Amino acid sequence: MQPDNKSAASFGQDLAVSENTKQFITFTLGPEEYGIDIMVVREIKGWTETTTIPNAPAHVRGVINLRGIIVPIFDLRARFGVGVTVPTSMHVVIIVAAGTRTVGLLVDTVSDIISVDPKDIRDVPDMGMPMEDQFLEGLVAIENRMVTLVSLAGLFGRSAELAKKNIAGDVAAKAA
Amino acid sequence: MSVTSDSEAYPIAQFRKTYFEECAELLDALQSNLELLAGGDEEDETLHAIFRSVHSIKGGAGAFGCTDLVAFSHIFESLLDALREHKVPATRDVKQLLLRASDALADIVNAARLEQPLPGNFAAEIRAAMQDSLQGSVDAPVAVAAQSTPESDVAGGEHTYRIVFRPHTEMLRKANEPLLLIRELCKLGVLTTEVDSAALPALEAIDPEAAYLSWTFTLETVASLNAIQDVFEFVEDDCDLKIEQLDIAPEPAETAGSDPAGAVPTATGPAPAQSIRVDVDKVDRLVNLVGELVISQAMLTEQGLSLPADQYPTLIQGIEALAQSARELQESVMAIRAQPVKSVFARMPRIVRELAATLGKEVRIVTSGEMTEIDKTVIEQLNDPLTHMIRNALDHGIEPPAERLADGKPRQGTILLSAAQRSGRIVIEVSDDGRGINREKVLAKAQARGLVPAGASPSDEDIDNLIFLPAFSTADVISNISGRGVGMDVVKRNVQALGGRISVRSKFGQGSSFSLSLPLTLAVVDGMVVSVGDETFIIPLVAIVENLRPQAADIHPIVGRGDVLALRGEYLPLVYLHRAFAIGGAIADPCRGIVIIVQSESAGRVGIVVDELLGQQQVVVKSLEANYEPVDGISGATILGNGRVALILDVGRLHEIDIRGTDSRLPLPETSRIEPAEDMTHAA
Amino acid sequence: MAKRILAVDDSKTMRDMVSFTLKKAGFDVAEAEDGKAALNVLTSGKFDLIITDLNMPNMDGISLIKNVRAGSQHRAVPILILTTESDGTKKADGKAAGATGWLVKPFNPEQLIATVNRVCP
Repeated sequence: MQPDNKSAASFGQDLAVSENTKQFITFTLGPEEYGIDIMVVREIKGWTETTTIPNAPAHVRGVINLRGIIVPIFDLRARFGVGVTVPTSMHVVIIVAAGTRTVGLLVDTVSDIISVDPKDIRDVPDMGMPMEDQFLEGLVAIENRMVTLVSLAGLFGRSAELAKKNIAGDVAAKAA
Repeated sequence: MSVTSDSEAYPIAQFRKTYFEECAELLDALQSNLELLAGGDEEDETLHAIFRSVHSIKGGAGAFGCTDLVAFSHIFESLLDALREHKVPATRDVKQLLLRASDALADIVNAARLEQPLPGNFAAEIRAAMQDSLQGSVDAPVAVAAQSTPESDVAGGEHTYRIVFRPHTEMLRKANEPLLLIRELCKLGVLTTEVDSAALPALEAIDPEAAYLSWTFTLETVASLNAIQDVFEFVEDDCDLKIEQLDIAPEPAETAGSDPAGAVPTATGPAPAQSIRVDVDKVDRLVNLVGELVISQAMLTEQGLSLPADQYPTLIQGIEALAQSARELQESVMAIRAQPVKSVFARMPRIVRELAATLGKEVRIVTSGEMTEIDKTVIEQLNDPLTHMIRNALDHGIEPPAERLADGKPRQGTILLSAAQRSGRIVIEVSDDGRGINREKVLAKAQARGLVPAGASPSDEDIDNLIFLPAFSTADVISNISGRGVGMDVVKRNVQALGGRISVRSKFGQGSSFSLSLPLTLAVVDGMVVSVGDETFIIPLVAIVENLRPQAADIHPIVGRGDVLALRGEYLPLVYLHRAFAIGGAIADPCRGIVIIVQSESAGRVGIVVDELLGQQQVVVKSLEANYEPVDGISGATILGNGRVALILDVGRLHEIDIRGTDSRLPLPETSRIEPAEDMTHAA
Repeated sequence: MAKRILAVDDSKTMRDMVSFTLKKAGFDVAEAEDGKAALNVLTSGKFDLIITDLNMPNMDGISLIKNVRAGSQHRAVPILILTTESDGTKKADGKAAGATGWLVKPFNPEQLIATVNRVCP
């Protein structure tokens, strides 16, 4: 397994980029590290106050104004069922393109960009975690960390069906 | 031009698009003119214009290989040609036939545009009728557009031809150059030329524009006689031409024809208003950008408010000027998107014609106010409700001719369709002089369905409005004309979805009149900004009837149904927004907050309890659904001057979320609370 | 110097297609939507060829041709008329009024260019 480089700047030098290499942005929720396909990430911004949507599920934090469009923000911690985020200005929102929709993911911090050879992605073992398998694309070991790769398709609650219709095509296309 | 697919880089898709856009305009003009014709206008210019429309459609159809369209428009064009040459009289029957033909033509154009095949006998009856009408004219048309005759090539072999060619002056006058013809001949083979200048006068007598020379050519070629004749195709009338081959009879040259007939009248119509065509996408983009500008300007205004005015006078003035300009810009841009309702109205006469024919009724439709302008977002959605209402009027309203005569009415029923702008909204009326609403029947049906309690005595107006309730139809059998789901409740839903209102007035025996009131645009809403706890909401002004701070004595709890507000003899249900939306920190006591009385078609009058009124504002409506999903009780979102998002309330549906009250005049059916949203945080 | 052609037709589709084909073949092309507009355009400069439809509002093709032939500037310019096969008498009228030649609709780009070259090399 190839050791990877931490910083994107030196990325090109040490690792031969095979056509199959996928890049992920990694982020943290508490002690856990996750990765999301860089191709869907549009923007990374700091947390700003949302407008609450009435009667929405716990993981839907509300909506923000992103240069004139209304973008919903999802609390990933809540979505994964591991708690609820109490956001501060230090928290981060990852704006992603999910099919035709633009949505924001509230996370603790964003750490890195990693390059992964799809061969190195392991299946997620069933460990009785509260997360649903459909969130997860797989696990990959980077240096001595374990990064859980998430897929957008599974991330949406009430709009899962709608979102899946939009994203399923994307995911199917991206699946290595 | 007929475009083959191997024409390199030929943007056929673009030309096709232009063609069908043009067809839409041509069909519109055709219909208008045919209606003028039907109304008695038989001016030559009208007939010519009608001919030209079909002629142009046919021309393009050939270019894009739409054979069904070519065939139909060909016979249509022939009939119109005969008509404008006065070879066929414009009788009432013929005029009706033309109208039907134009309807069929529209269908065929549409099928061609969508590349959908039509059944083989489509409009066969109309075609036959047109053919019949043409038999009565002096020259019968060619049934199908003939292909140009293919070249008949003599099999193989080189032949020698002798060509004697003497151009007339007329030929030169028409800018046909002998030199060019000679070059064409050279391309066919080996050419020897012998010029005869015997007719050439002395230099001073030469008329530079006259023809004096003639030639004898000898051409050795493998090309056919046809090919040689083709070279002279344009000039054969204006020259002496003899082509001989050894054993083939020479083609006699035809001498020039007679002088041209008298001048063709040049008709000048009224100069059309100056306009340019712009892609819809560009306009939408412009509207969005202006919307953004307005939001930014609002933010600046808000910031400006917090500045000490005396220290920054120029800045504040600048911001005010900016606000003014932004407002005007927005109005102007909105006006660009405004289109006359004519495009929707124009489809109605055809619907009336066809349906009246099917039902055996005689009905005419009179439209007015077609040039009233309304935002295109609204126009597109008008088609369905208008169509339904007109079908309804035809189906249930207008009586069969015999019945009308018996009632002392004219045989022909009339439907009036009008549009006008009134106090910032568009009012569209659909009236008929038919039967009117049979209130006894309607009331009986409503009572039978438990929609009206026995013993209640609703007013005439109330009964009329019962027809808007779902699944309500006075026909005992849902006729297959109106079909299922084309009841007035569907119309009402459509109209409400547009932010509009619909009402009806009717006189039994005399007719009914439906009135639609629509906002000028869906994109901008005048709203009342209110606060509930920490949240800010917008309530569309158009829905607000009044606001007040009630007295405790006016609030009455009803067991199992929540609170009602007594207001001038009425009892209005109260909706507590903080409860409906689970908002903490709000003012729970309506007597310390504000009650906003709103009117909606679905819930009647309801009082919404909020904390405070923060002001009025015109807001740009943004979609919540584009990136999220529909939210009950919320119709959209907007961005306030402080950059924050505020949700716009859907007042008609608030009651479904929280209301447990009833309207004391006509009790509403029981509604159950919406189940709490599915909790997705636990694994399945 | 490129030859200048004036294309006259009330159908935008037709104008677009003729214009495109001729421009690609290296001609300069101006457009007009009826005879009256065409006469206006003709005053703006010298044209080497006029291609015109016959059926147009305001001033039809026949009248346009007569006007051009009776005028001074473009009296001797080649004029091609666009006709349909069923337009028999119109074609004769066009020729009688002074048209140089014709093109039968529908025609393909190659035919257009070939015919243009026949009368305006």
